[in-house]
Amino acid sequence: MAYELEFEKPLVELRKKISELKEFTKHRDVDFSDEINKLEARLEKLENDIYANLGPWDRVQIARHPNRPTTLDYIERLFTNFFECHGDRCFGDDEAIVGGIAKYYGLPVTVIGHQRGKDTKENIRRNFGMPHPEGYRKALRLMKQAEKFGRPIICFIDTKGAYPGKAAEERGQSEAIARNLFEMAGLTVPVVCIVIGEGGSGGALALGVGNYVHMLENSTYSVISPEGAAAILWKDASLAKKAAETMKITAKDLKQLGIIDEVIPEVRGGAHRNVDEQAKYIDDVLKRSLRELLPLHAEQLIAQRYEKYKKIGDFIDSEQHVSVM
Amino acid sequence: MLKDLFSKKKKYATIPSEQAKQDVPEGIMTKCPKCKKIMYTKELVKNLRVCISCGYHHPMSAPERIACLLDEGTFQEYDRHLLSKNPLDFPQYIEKVEEDREKTKLNEAVVTGEGMINGFPIVIAVMDSRFRMGSMGSVVGEKIARAIERAMEKSVPFIIFTASGGARMQEGVLSLMQMAKTSAALKLFSEQGGLIISVMTHPTTGGVSASFASLGDYNFAEPGALIGFAGRRVIEQTVREELPEDFQTAEFLLKHGQLDAVIPRHELKDVLTNVLDIHQSRGGDEWHTN
Ligand SMILES: [Zn+2]
Repeated sequence: MAYELEFEKPLVELRKKISELKEFTKHRDVDFSDEINKLEARLEKLENDIYANLGPWDRVQIARHPNRPTTLDYIERLFTNFFECHGDRCFGDDEAIVGGIAKYYGLPVTVIGHQRGKDTKENIRRNFGMPHPEGYRKALRLMKQAEKFGRPIICFIDTKGAYPGKAAEERGQSEAIARNLFEMAGLTVPVVCIVIGEGGSGGALALGVGNYVHMLENSTYSVISPEGAAAILWKDASLAKKAAETMKITAKDLKQLGIIDEVIPEVRGGAHRNVDEQAKYIDDVLKRSLRELLPLHAEQLIAQRYEKYKKIGDFIDSEQHVSVM
Repeated sequence: MLKDLFSKKKKYATIPSEQAKQDVPEGIMTKCPKCKKIMYTKELVKNLRVCISCGYHHPMSAPERIACLLDEGTFQEYDRHLLSKNPLDFPQYIEKVEEDREKTKLNEAVVTGEGMINGFPIVIAVMDSRFRMGSMGSVVGEKIARAIERAMEKSVPFIIFTASGGARMQEGVLSLMQMAKTSAALKLFSEQGGLIISVMTHPTTGGVSASFASLGDYNFAEPGALIGFAGRRVIEQTVREELPEDFQTAEFLLKHGQLDAVIPRHELKDVLTNVLDIHQSRGGDEWHTN
C-alpha cells in the first residue's frame, strides 16, 4: 500500500525491518527465522493494538483514504446488471452522483450514491464527490422512478458535502437538498442508506433519509467537517483532531446517539485493504435489511421512516420546566 | 400508527401584544445599519422595524412578529417547556443557552403555536435570531415537528418564519438530523393536503435554508434578507470567483427562480390573508352543482 496513514507509521517501520531481515537471510547462510518470527508476532500484536484503538481522527483519515472504495466499487461487487442513468432532465448530469438500475440477487433495485474520483483527473470530472443541485435532482428523479416501478432504493453516502459555489446557489442548492429530504420521507418503497466514507452535512443527508441507515465502522457523519468546526470554535482549522473528538462523528457515536441502525464492520485497517471482503460485510447487512423491509406496505414504510427521524434529538421534555414570560 | 405519535395537546397563555411592544431591549435611539441614520427606536418599532428613511428591514423578534401578524388575543403557544440538553458535553453550551433564555425570555430559538390571521386559523412557527443566532438544535427541530403535527391534526395551514444561521454546531449531528425530522413532518402534512407557507427573513442559511424554509407551497422572503446554503466566505475561498453584490439576497433568489415573491413587511399580512383565503374558498354554489 503506497499510501500509509499517520497512525500506521510504527507498523510501516516494523514491516520494513522484517522484510529487510528476510532479504538479508536470502543471500546468506544465516538463520534469523527466530528473530523474524518474533518480529512478526510483534507486528501482529501491534496491528491489533493500533486497529482496535482507533480514535475519531484516525477514522477520519481512513474515511478520507484516497484508495477507500467508492460507490461504484461496491456497485460492481454487490449488484448485477447495473445500468447507469444520467441527468436531471432540467439542467445537466452531475457526475458527483451516480445512479441507475440493477439487480440484487435477482431483485430489481435502484442504486444511487455520491461518487468521488480515484485520481485528480477523475476527481475534477466528479467535482470531488461534491454535488450541485442537478446531482440531487437526478437522484430524486431516479428515486421517483424506483417508486413508480416498486423497486427498493439503496443509497451510498460518501461526500465532503454539497458543493459551495455560485452556480450551486443560483440553481437552488438549498431547495434541492430540502426537496430530497421531503420526498424521501414519503417514498412508498424501502430505502436503505449506507455511509461508506464521509457523511458531510446536508449534502450527505440529501441521500440519507431511509428506513435503515447503516455506517461502515470507519466512516464519519457530521454536521460540519472537523476543520470547519475547529475554525468556528477555536478560530484554528489545525485543531481539527480535537474537533473530531468533540463532535461525535464516528459510526459508534451515531449508533449511541440513536441515529443509525447498524455499524458495519470493516476489514482490519480499513475497507481499502480488501474491497471484496468489505463488500461481503455490506452484503450481509443489506440482505438482512431488505428482507425485513420488503414485506412492509407503503404506509408502514412511510410511518416507520417518520418515527425513526421523529425520535432523533436530545432535550428535556418536562412540564416542570415551564419558564418565565 | 401515526396517531400514537401526537402528544397530548397543551396550551399556554397568549402573548399579550402590550408586553411584546414593551419588549425593546435596545436604547432610545437606533442606528440603521444601511443608511446610517439615527432614529427613535419607538418610531422604528411602530413602523414594524422597517427603516423610516431607507426601508431596511431590521430583524424582528418572534414575539413582535406574532404580535403584529396575528389577530389580537388569538395566539396560544405550544411546547414552552422543551429545553436543550448538552448531548456532546460541549463546554459552555448550556450556559450560553441559559443566557439567551434570560435575554429573550424564550425557551428556544423558535416560538410555535396556533392563532388566527384575519380570522383564518393557522399553526405558526417563528424563529428568533436573537437566540443562538436562530440555530437549529434538537429543541428547535422538535418544536417545529410538533407544530406541524398539530397543524395536521387540526387540518389548518402551517406558516413558518425562518431566521437562522443553520444547524446548531454544539449539538453536532443531532442538529443535522433535525433537517430530516422537520422535512419528513412537512411531507406527511403535505400528503394530507396541508398548506405550507414559508417566509424567509434575514438571515436564513445552511441547514434551515436546506430544509423547511425551502419547502413551502409558497416561498416568500422579506426584502434584503440573506438566504443561501453555503456562506459567502466559504464560496469565495473555494471558487475564487467574483460574487455579485446582491449574491444570496432575497432579490437574487427571486431573480433565479427560487422564490414566489419578495414581500415588504407592511404588505405581508395582506398577502398571507389572500393566500389563506384562496386556499379556503371553494367558490359559490354555482360551481358545485351536479
Ligand atoms: Zn435605513
